[in-house]
Amino acid sequence: MKNLILKDGGIAALVFFVLLALLPAVTGDALISIATLVLMFAVYGIAWNLMMGYVGQLSLGHGLYIGLGAYAVALATGTHGLSPWLGILIGAAISAVVAAVIAFIGFRFSVRGIYFTLLTIACAEMMRISFDNWSYVGGTGGYFLKAAGDTHPLLSLRGDSTFFYFAFLILTAITFLCSAALMKSKFGYFWRAIREDEDAARALGVPTLQLKILAVVISAIMTSIGGSFYALLSGSLFPDTMMGMRFSIEIVIAPIIGGLGTLFGPIVGALFVVPLGEFSNHVAQSTGIYGLNLLIHGALLLVVVCFMPEGLWPAIAKRFGRLRAPAAAKASTPATEGQ
Amino acid sequence: MLTSNLPLYANMVASGVLIGVIYALIALGLTIVFGVMRVVNFAHGELVVVGMYLGYLMWSAFGLSPIVAMPISAIIMFCAGYLLQTGLINRFIRRPHHVQVILFVGLALCITGLHMIIFGPEARPISSAASFEVVELGFLQLDAVRLYGALAALALIALLLAFLRYSDTGASIRAAADNPIGAAAIGLRVNRVFAITAGIGLACAGAAGTLIAPIFDTQPYLASDMTTMAFVVVIIGGLGSVVGALVGGVLIGISESIAALVINPAMKSMISYGLLIAMLLIRPQGLFGGRQR
Repeated sequence: MKNLILKDGGIAALVFFVLLALLPAVTGDALISIATLVLMFAVYGIAWNLMMGYVGQLSLGHGLYIGLGAYAVALATGTHGLSPWLGILIGAAISAVVAAVIAFIGFRFSVRGIYFTLLTIACAEMMRISFDNWSYVGGTGGYFLKAAGDTHPLLSLRGDSTFFYFAFLILTAITFLCSAALMKSKFGYFWRAIREDEDAARALGVPTLQLKILAVVISAIMTSIGGSFYALLSGSLFPDTMMGMRFSIEIVIAPIIGGLGTLFGPIVGALFVVPLGEFSNHVAQSTGIYGLNLLIHGALLLVVVCFMPEGLWPAIAKRFGRLRAPAAAKASTPATEGQ
Repeated sequence: MLTSNLPLYANMVASGVLIGVIYALIALGLTIVFGVMRVVNFAHGELVVVGMYLGYLMWSAFGLSPIVAMPISAIIMFCAGYLLQTGLINRFIRRPHHVQVILFVGLALCITGLHMIIFGPEARPISSAASFEVVELGFLQLDAVRLYGALAALALIALLLAFLRYSDTGASIRAAADNPIGAAAIGLRVNRVFAITAGIGLACAGAAGTLIAPIFDTQPYLASDMTTMAFVVVIIGGLGSVVGALVGGVLIGISESIAALVINPAMKSMISYGLLIAMLLIRPQGLFGGRQR
């Protein structure tokens, strides 16, 4: 465990989490809300990176699991009066089953590479359209959470901005540690073997089908829990914003920019991408030129992908030699293999 | 019940076929770029919307009908595609798909941002004399806009098919698609072929965009629907297959218009996605797809 924390960008992560824990003491609400968003995208990024960065399966349908987690917690508390903790568990369980089904069908029929990506998009879009037309979940009109009562924040899981900030900070830390532990486990080694050469791995007796499904399921569970907290934070749910393709693509930008297949990359990516989005939104609002935010955002993505194709974190880690993360250095080559 | 509604169904099928042919032109632009360069263009729908705005501009400034404006859009977009390929996309060929995703998401955001800045978020409808015209063929009543648009799209598809099959450039495009290393080895200037291919891809998107501008009201956020539709068509027809794009486009056009009538207009894309998933599982190479690499 000690090795786990201190190697592979672990020191950076430790410093990072300590600094973040102190953040609310020194800044105001505006910055805290941006920091909360950063952490949320870090959670999604770490979860997605597990599947793409470690196993090489490109999913552009992760909005599906965010939506399932979000709607599960909203319906459990709002419609059925259950505890939000139970709602989160139900959401995670449903997401796990859905992910297992999609992954099993896809991998069983050898849907590979870009075809698997299109399968994830199609499944997410079908779910979005079903939710759009399902009155039980509010349809296109959306589902709105009632204001929290007087119960303790840990029971209702609702609170002020600092509460959500710490909730997402803890969630980020847990997903980060899970991801690190998986990386170090035998699963991690098998996954990377599959990423490098799936046929060779299978020939060596690695149960590739089961391991690929496992990666998708774990990734879906993490994403779903992140989605549950997102629902509690925002209070309003629409199929389009939660499960739409635009959101699914938005959440993969941070881990790719930060550095695929690295532990700390998704967090670095979120730290870069989210404030960038907020900044460009701010510019668009203050100038009144709507669309300027999209232009800035897009142009900067192009700049990063042209000049730092393997991601920010590997570049930073190389620059400061002592922080060199073996996982990061290794991942920069195989990750360019794609499928 | 069904027999009494037969003319209605026949009309829906016919209008689905007409829109499907234009879908096929959109998908063709995507499939040719993927087939030759293995580049996944996630900004294809945005490029279609560029074509829609070009059509709108030529209509509002000079009163050009979309049919007349279509070749002009195609030429403009061909040049844009050529430049984009040589300036930017060339360095992303043979890179993994996720890097290409970011590249095209960046491009898509830039294009949509520019649309928003120049035209604003509101819809820009085109209404020419043909908008209210109906062509009667027996008991079929066809919108003139759709009919002319489909015919123009069909003409362009036929032209492109002939170009790919009979011209020298077409032969080198096919050679580069089959085996880029071999093509380079026999002295083909692969990068120039790629630039022409990208030009053709964008020209298809632009031309199709101009043709559908009078059917759908032009607005920036149509783009993502166009992108997913093009992917569905291409997968059903088979990646890299021109005939497949045509059949897939018509199939999706028909299924959308029937689903809108029988089930629920909001659910029409369910059928398309259902077809897509079934096709991925049963026959991932698509109806007309050849071998996969």
